[in-house]
Amino acid sequence: MSILVIAEHTNDALSPATASVVTAAAAIGGDIDVLVAGHNAGAAAEAAAKLSGVNKVLLADASAYEHSLAENLAALIAEQGKAYTHILTAATTVGKNVLPRVAALLDVEQISEILAVESADTFKRPIYAGNAIATVQSSDPIKVITVRTTAFDACAEDGSASIETLSADTDVGISEFVGEELAKSDRPELTAARIVVSGGRGLQNGDNFQLLYKVADKLDAAVGASRAAVDAGYVPNDMQVGQTGKIVAPELYIAVGISGQIQHLAGMKDSKVIVAINKDEDAPIFQVADYGLVADLFEALPELEQAL
Amino acid sequence: MKILVPVKRVVDYNVKVRVKPDHSDVDLANVKMDMNPFCEIAVEEAVRLKEQGIAEEVVVVSIGEAKSEEQIRKAMALGADRGILITTDVAPGSLSVAKLLKAVVDEEQPGLVILGKQSIDSDNNQTGQMLGALTGMAQGTFASKLVIEGDRAKVTREIDGGLQTISLKLPAIVTTDLRLNEPRYAKLPDIMKAKRKPLDKKTPADLGVEIKASLTTVKVEPPAERQGGIKVGSVAELVDKLKNEAKVLS
Repeated sequence: MSILVIAEHTNDALSPATASVVTAAAAIGGDIDVLVAGHNAGAAAEAAAKLSGVNKVLLADASAYEHSLAENLAALIAEQGKAYTHILTAATTVGKNVLPRVAALLDVEQISEILAVESADTFKRPIYAGNAIATVQSSDPIKVITVRTTAFDACAEDGSASIETLSADTDVGISEFVGEELAKSDRPELTAARIVVSGGRGLQNGDNFQLLYKVADKLDAAVGASRAAVDAGYVPNDMQVGQTGKIVAPELYIAVGISGQIQHLAGMKDSKVIVAINKDEDAPIFQVADYGLVADLFEALPELEQAL
Repeated sequence: MKILVPVKRVVDYNVKVRVKPDHSDVDLANVKMDMNPFCEIAVEEAVRLKEQGIAEEVVVVSIGEAKSEEQIRKAMALGADRGILITTDVAPGSLSVAKLLKAVVDEEQPGLVILGKQSIDSDNNQTGQMLGALTGMAQGTFASKLVIEGDRAKVTREIDGGLQTISLKLPAIVTTDLRLNEPRYAKLPDIMKAKRKPLDKKTPADLGVEIKASLTTVKVEPPAERQGGIKVGSVAELVDKLKNEAKVLS
């Protein structure tokens, strides 16, 4: 078996998600190569070469790949991927955008967000917002898979793979990057943080999220939000935790003013310890919380900040 | 411009599904079904483009059991002009769905295809991207804003780090995220009118598509249940428990 892992990166750095995908690849077994497709992405390729168990890093460094446009990336991955039995990447917005396109170019199904590797052709994945776990088996010649990175530990960084530069530079010419607005934050990234503090509709407005930020900063925590808080415009979309937002599994998840809709639970119920603070004692969030505090968050949050 | 909107019949999003005792699948007997919420956002966006005079016709297509006609009629009540129902005996995988949609695209020649980014049953998030590959069209997935500018579509996308805006050559594929729009409710006269809108019924064979099942479900299990914990009486007690019992704070 031979596995091609598509690296998740920002050109100048490799995303931690890639190290988890390499762990999933190792569970399948076989030679693991990593494809880094970007522009001026030498640093990301060097970081990928250090991932434990990686045989070879393929670097496609061209302007066509700078912004991860699906059309250009899928053409490259499908061409390179033909030689492999498995193609894996993280189930991030980049991975979810490009990998189904790759699968269709290769005339195979794609397997989304695997949680576990049962064998080289059998995998577990969540369906119905995580209310059921399906075991699926693929008979396709190439298995094209996105990996839920919270379900796999990061691999070690003791490798020293060689880096091979590809000459590919194909701009399919039907899509263009216009611009981006990226959230800037000094806090840890949501999907990588050890502690996550999330707010819901109970916060009542965006300004009140300051109460959460103060607690988060004491804990060196990332800050998330429920869909209700994002839809109401309190905070931007990249903070959404849930079925259609980010999936997190930190050591400690503190849900504040969040009722606990199944769509939200799907994004955080694999956290090690869950704390819920809500004034409604019947809120469904308490059914999954290890520690529940029935309290007015406007009193509890300042008190919590003081106590930490 | 003609807009094609594929819609899917799924379990109502408020229903908490249960796994069958024999672990063969989830139990959908007597469960309320509805249009997939992301598909509803797609219908709404297409109808708005028609209301703005950018689109002339909105065609809805659904693939699945015969009862999917209900979801097509709902889309018609929301403003779609006509429907295509492709009935299948088994639920086809994403690639087969994309191949069926490709055949419809070849017949209908839409200027834009708007789909939900994922269905809330299989949670795959694949069909739009696959249709992009099969038709050779550009794709704007997870859209929170869509603007048609001449022969291009400007799509703002919800990505992990924030928002990204891309420009696509038309015809193109757009998949909807939650914040693209807020779908309207169908009015009773529109629901009545929808019953008389034209609906074309087809089979995969009519479209020359063979449904392959290369991905099979071996079993379906309930997730590991999380045990509810305890209630604490105060912030001080909470902090104490986190430090000394759960040991997640130092």
